Amino acid sequence: MVNTAVTLCGIRLDNPIIPASGTFGYGYEFAQLYDINMLGTFSFKGTTRQPRFGNPTPRIAEYAGGLLNAVGLQNPGADAVIAEELPRLRQVFHKPVMANVSGFSVEEYAETCALLAAQEQVGWLEVNISCPNVHGGGAAFGADPKAAAEVTRAVRAVTDKPLILKLSPTAADIAAVARACQDAGADGVSLINTLPGMRIDLKRRAPLLANGTGGMSGPAMLPLAVRMVYQVYQAVEIPIVGMGGVSRAEDVLELMLAGATAVGVGAANLVEPYACRNIIETLPDVMLRYGIHDLNDIIGGAHHG
Amino acid sequence: MKQTTFTIAQNSPLAEGIYRLHLQGDTTAITAPGQFVNLKLEGFYLRRPISVCDWADGELTLLYKVLGRGTEAMTRLPAGTRLDVLTGLGNGYDMTLSGDRPLLVGGGVGIPPLYGLAKRLRAQGKAVQAVLGFNSASDLFLLEDFRALQIEPVVTTADGSAGLRGLVTDGMAAAGPYSYLYTCGPEAMLRAVWQHCGTSGQFSFEERMGCGFGACMGCSCRTKYGTKRICKDGPVLQKEEILW
Repeated sequence: MVNTAVTLCGIRLDNPIIPASGTFGYGYEFAQLYDINMLGTFSFKGTTRQPRFGNPTPRIAEYAGGLLNAVGLQNPGADAVIAEELPRLRQVFHKPVMANVSGFSVEEYAETCALLAAQEQVGWLEVNISCPNVHGGGAAFGADPKAAAEVTRAVRAVTDKPLILKLSPTAADIAAVARACQDAGADGVSLINTLPGMRIDLKRRAPLLANGTGGMSGPAMLPLAVRMVYQVYQAVEIPIVGMGGVSRAEDVLELMLAGATAVGVGAANLVEPYACRNIIETLPDVMLRYGIHDLNDIIGGAHHG
Repeated sequence: MKQTTFTIAQNSPLAEGIYRLHLQGDTTAITAPGQFVNLKLEGFYLRRPISVCDWADGELTLLYKVLGRGTEAMTRLPAGTRLDVLTGLGNGYDMTLSGDRPLLVGGGVGIPPLYGLAKRLRAQGKAVQAVLGFNSASDLFLLEDFRALQIEPVVTTADGSAGLRGLVTDGMAAAGPYSYLYTCGPEAMLRAVWQHCGTSGQFSFEERMGCGFGACMGCSCRTKYGTKRICKDGPVLQKEEILW
C-alpha cells in the first residue's frame, strides 16, 4: 500500500494530479470519458469578469516537443461560469474545484475572484498572472514582483479561500516573484505557465499563429519546470503546484522531488484524453519502483545533501 | 468519442497528393457522415484530424491530402501498422433535413465526407446530385465511387482540363433544382457556395485543432448563436448561423 494523498493549502487531495487550466475546460468533456472524481482536483478554464472570444484563429501550432497555443482566454465570463458551468459541473464532480482567474486590471482580478470565491464548489483560487496570449494583462503582472504582490494583496482582501498565484517562466527572477506573492498573502504558487514562442509558415512567410506568438507547452517544458520549481522551493515556504510538460507518473515524482506539493497536467490531456487517469492509475506502481510509500516524504526531496 | 486502435489494411495513392487509407477496427462511435477521427502519428505531438469518407462495421475509409510533414509521414505507413485513434468526433451532417433532391458540393479534399453522406442519402432513396470541384484533371478522385451510387457528378476544374472550367459555383448553376445543400471544402469555396445557395444547407468547416474533442478552445469560431468549437459543436454548421 502506498499513500498518494497530499494536502494543498489546507485541503486534502486524494492524489496530487491536477489537470491544468485551459486543457480541461470546465470538466464536462472529460467527465464523459472517465470519472473525474479520481482526480486530486482540476483547475478550470481561465475565467475573466466579462466573456471573451479570445484571439483569431489559427490559435494552435505544433513543434517537436509539444504545441503552441494562442487561445487568448476564451471564456464565457464569471457570471455565466457561476450560472451555467458550475451547476453542470456539480452533477459530475463532487470535490472542491480550483477556480482559475485572469484579468486586465488589479480591480478586475479582485472582482472576479470575489465572485468565484463565494461559490461553495470553489476550493482554491488560482490567479493567473502569467497568460502570454493577451495584451495589457496577464503576464504583465507576473513579470515583476511588485505588480505580482499588488494583485495578490487585492485578491487576498476579498477572500479567505486558499489563494494560489500562477507564475510565468518569463519572469527575470521567478523566485523573487514567488516570494513577493508569499509576502503579500498568497497561500501557494503554481508554475510554470506556457513559454512564449513562434512558428513561421514557410509557404506564407508569416507566423503560423494569427496572434503571432503562442505559449509553448508539452514535454519539452519539463526540464524548465523542474528547474524553476526547484528554485522557487528554496525561496518560499508556501506549497508549490508544479507543472510543465508532465505526461507520466515519473514526471510527477520528478516535480515533487524538486519541491512541488501537487502537480498540474496540461498539454498531455489534449493529445491523450485519458492522460490524467493513466497517470493516477500507474502512480502507485511507479512509486514502489522507486521505494516511495508516501508522496509526502518526497516533496522537495531532491534538495537534501 | 472513443479511443481505439485501428490496423491499416491498405494505404495507397488515389490521385495527385491524395491517398486512401483503409483501416480495420471499432467504428461504433461513428454515428453520422461528416464526422472525423484524430490519428496519433509516431513522432508528432498533435494528432491529425481526418474526415471520415466511409465506414461500415469494423471498416473505416479515410482520404487524406499530403499538406505537411504529418500527412507526408502518413504516406509511408505500411499495411499492418496499428494506429491510436479517437473516433466519432464532431457532429456530422444531419440527414433528416435533406428533402428529396439534396445537392452535395465538394471541393478537393472536402469531397471525401460527402461520399459517405451521398451513400447514406442514396440508401434512403434520395435523388442526390453532386458538384465536385478540383484544380485540374490530375486531381480527380472518387468520381467512379459516386457513379457506383448512380450519381453522375458535375465536375469542375480550375484549369478546365476536365469537366467545366471554373469553380463549384459554376457547377451549381449547371445542376438541377435541389431541395437542400450539403457542402465541404476550403473556406473561400464555402463562402462562395453560401452566397449561391438558394436553399437551407449545412457547411462543414476546417480549422487547426489542438485536441479535437472540445477541451482546448483552439478551433473556436463566432456564429449567430454564439461561439462554437469546430471540433465539437461542428465541423458542420447550419447555413443560417454562419458569420463570415
